[in-house]
Amino acid sequence: MKSPSFGYVAPASTADVVDALTTGSAAPGGAVVLAGGQSLLVELHHRRVRPALVVDLGRVGDLGGLAVAGGELHVGALARHRDAERPGAAPGPLGRLLPRVAEHVAHPPVRARGTIAGSLAWGHPAAEWGAVAVALDARVDLRGAGGGRSVAAADWFRGPHRTARRPDELVTALRLPLPPAGAGVGFVEHRRTAASYAGVAVVAVLELEGPVVTSARLGVVGAADRPERAAAAEGFLRGAEAGEAAFARAGELAARDADPVDEPHQPADHRRHLVGVLVRRALGRALADRRSTDEEEDA
Amino acid sequence: MRVEFDVNGERRSVDVEPRRHLADVLRDELGLTGTHLACEHGVCGSCTVLLDGEAVRSCLLLAVQCEGRSVRTVEGLADGEGPGGLNPLQRAFSAEHALQCGFCTPGFVVLLQGALERDPAVFDDPEALRRLLSSNLCRCTGYEPIRRAALRAAGRDPDAV
Repeated sequence: MKSPSFGYVAPASTADVVDALTTGSAAPGGAVVLAGGQSLLVELHHRRVRPALVVDLGRVGDLGGLAVAGGELHVGALARHRDAERPGAAPGPLGRLLPRVAEHVAHPPVRARGTIAGSLAWGHPAAEWGAVAVALDARVDLRGAGGGRSVAAADWFRGPHRTARRPDELVTALRLPLPPAGAGVGFVEHRRTAASYAGVAVVAVLELEGPVVTSARLGVVGAADRPERAAAAEGFLRGAEAGEAAFARAGELAARDADPVDEPHQPADHRRHLVGVLVRRALGRALADRRSTDEEEDA
Repeated sequence: MRVEFDVNGERRSVDVEPRRHLADVLRDELGLTGTHLACEHGVCGSCTVLLDGEAVRSCLLLAVQCEGRSVRTVEGLADGEGPGGLNPLQRAFSAEHALQCGFCTPGFVVLLQGALERDPAVFDDPEALRRLLSSNLCRCTGYEPIRRAALRAAGRDPDAV
């Protein structure tokens, strides 16, 4: 199918984007933001969206790139998935996590265009960046007709394709707090084929003192209708001795608390099972990651 | 809406509706039918073109987004006329029988040309090359001859697993 007709503007500044969104969102069909377009154009071709106005960010100069400031990675609205794939995109553990996550997003030509912030704004429940955002307590920065605000990742996702964004607001950036230098990071995903969306994906960030876990963060997609933390598993892990037994128990707790959506190729009971297995594996990888960086420092 | 961009090194100016994607404009307005369209939703990769040197899906890009940019299609790859003018990657596809029906071929050739020019390290990493080739769909070859053609064009030994 071909896209329906729509109005199109490509403003040169964030302020003009907000103006266009404010005006456009009042019209029937509303206004949509075009960043990377790798989901929006599919929706347009299928006529699942019929916006009055498409507001293209391509001419706004200062929305791209990844930059570290104040203990956070600032991910601009036009930072592409590919930007996160490059080794050294961020320092320390986050720099090891980002490429592992990014390579699971679609394919290289889609990653060359699609944006990280756009993924959060689109709010697909299986999108990998959602797991990263909730695991790290990221913040989503917005600018709208009433000025700027910032929303915590935990409050951002309201369900499939539903977020805290208001129609006149532009997601200007995502801010990811950097995990401490000694943290270990792991990412595991299960999907039916290389071209499928994630059935379940888990981000694990572990901090240890000796063998004891002092902090565990588990961001999970596929356990619910939106990305969520596995809170009971995290609570159990704090103070536990890191290892296969504790990780298996954490997996059980995460699976117990999961409320997965039933889909034809991802039945809820299978998803629940996957949550348990993948939480255990992601923790194992985070521990291995932490140990391998210890060895590098010793060498 | 008037849009001006470079296509295969030539400045082109076209009047298009904003809703039209680049692949349709290349094919219907500019007569460049080497860029193929199959799924039209970013899955198959048949419509791959180089945008400022980077391989992208031309069905997932509005033509109006290309204002001032540079697009290269499969028609812009050959060094000269006729079979003798094919570039090394195209010759490698022929030598390795990397096509059968040929429908997906322009997409694969452009995808790999982009990697040869921008990301040649991918040809030294079998897993990265496998992931790159999984960007596009081919239903004839089983991908192995395409993998071999890619390695041959990159000056690597196709037999060195």
